[in-house]
Amino acid sequence: MRSLISIHDLSPDEIDGLIATANDIMANPDDYADCCRRKKLATLFYEPSTRTRLSFESAMLELGGSVIGFSEATSSSSAKGESVSDTARTVGCFADIIAMRHPKEGAPLVASISAGVPVINAGDGGHNHPTQTLADLITISREKGRLGNMTVGLCGDLKFGRTVHSLIDALSRYAGIKFIMISPDELTIPDYVMQDIILKRNIPYYETGSLEEVMHELDILYMTRVQRERFFNEADYIRLKDSYVLTPEKLISAKKELAVLHPLPRVNEISTSVDDDPRACYFKQVLYGKFIRMALIMMLLEVNK
Amino acid sequence: MNIDAINNGYVIDHIKAGSSMRIYHFLNLDKLDCCVAIIKNVPSGKTGKKDIIKIDELIDLDLDAIGYIDPGVTVNVIKNGEIIKKSKLELPKELRGIISCNNPRCISSTEQELPQVFRLADEENIVYRCIYCDAKAEHKFSLYSSG
Repeated sequence: MRSLISIHDLSPDEIDGLIATANDIMANPDDYADCCRRKKLATLFYEPSTRTRLSFESAMLELGGSVIGFSEATSSSSAKGESVSDTARTVGCFADIIAMRHPKEGAPLVASISAGVPVINAGDGGHNHPTQTLADLITISREKGRLGNMTVGLCGDLKFGRTVHSLIDALSRYAGIKFIMISPDELTIPDYVMQDIILKRNIPYYETGSLEEVMHELDILYMTRVQRERFFNEADYIRLKDSYVLTPEKLISAKKELAVLHPLPRVNEISTSVDDDPRACYFKQVLYGKFIRMALIMMLLEVNK
Repeated sequence: MNIDAINNGYVIDHIKAGSSMRIYHFLNLDKLDCCVAIIKNVPSGKTGKKDIIKIDELIDLDLDAIGYIDPGVTVNVIKNGEIIKKSKLELPKELRGIISCNNPRCISSTEQELPQVFRLADEENIVYRCIYCDAKAEHKFSLYSSG
């Protein structure tokens, strides 16, 4: 029995396999409509989430399974002081698989030790969010037809953005990746990502504060939000905030085949006037996220079409 | 300088000179009722000088803790005056119940019955990370420096 706690739990071959299954589900949804019949997914969400929870629930329903769970901690026994381990063990008596989001880092790992059924980490604090990374990877794969040999721009808050760190980690396992990191000095990539991944694996990279400077080079642009509370002073925030807002004007110099991704929710870092540009892929990313979660649920439940 | 040979117990040898007191305190050897000898700055062919600790009782010894504080030490188990086992310690792959995670966002900070477990993430730079949150361990002391 396997769980998915970190993207490291999957080899590149397994990720390729999940993408292939997700693509097949998209092409032949009827073939998969009953493959999780009589199976139950429990979504244990200790903090609010719209996209990820509904994505998991839709994924299970489209596989013919059913869904139980809760969407906030106050409606679970944790409000009475129950441990994650006990909740997981209890829910494991009812459900065949668990998707858990929890504000504390490591909670899904703890759940996976005691649940007795596979556990999927649906986000644990600022730590891991492997199914978002899978959604990012399938989007890149479908848009570019490959996961290697490309220049990937990462823009915005690269310091605190867990999705950025996981994506760097996952993509750097493929050949021919170059990262261009675009952020204010206050929000550059953390040392451990730089040391443990980029430098250790000899991945070519370039750091800049200007999106315009590098736009023409990018095959992928991964946008994240620059949050006001990350800055030490208001003046710096006001000076820099618009530098990291994507507009149609900034896209003029971009490649025609660029793919713009964003883990969502967006606040104002991508102008809504970019949404109709064929290079805007962030809503497709949400859709593909559901299909890759379907493939993942099938893999962990060891069911076939 | 002569220290009596022990009959049943341990000789912790090849301790980096100056590290013996750290091991002494970390293993709570001050709480033992038996004889414990700390011999500092013993001439050594390999390293110039070394420390040695002798414990005159077969207590439950946490070898992982010793390996974590000073990899490279040798632990000799003595029974009836004979060395029955000699272990050269290395950095343990996993530390269980030896150090605690200081990350307030870690699940182990709120669910305190969870075991504190760290895995060796980088042997060269001696980096241990919490298995729950991946936070880097903060060592309780400066490893491999004297004092």
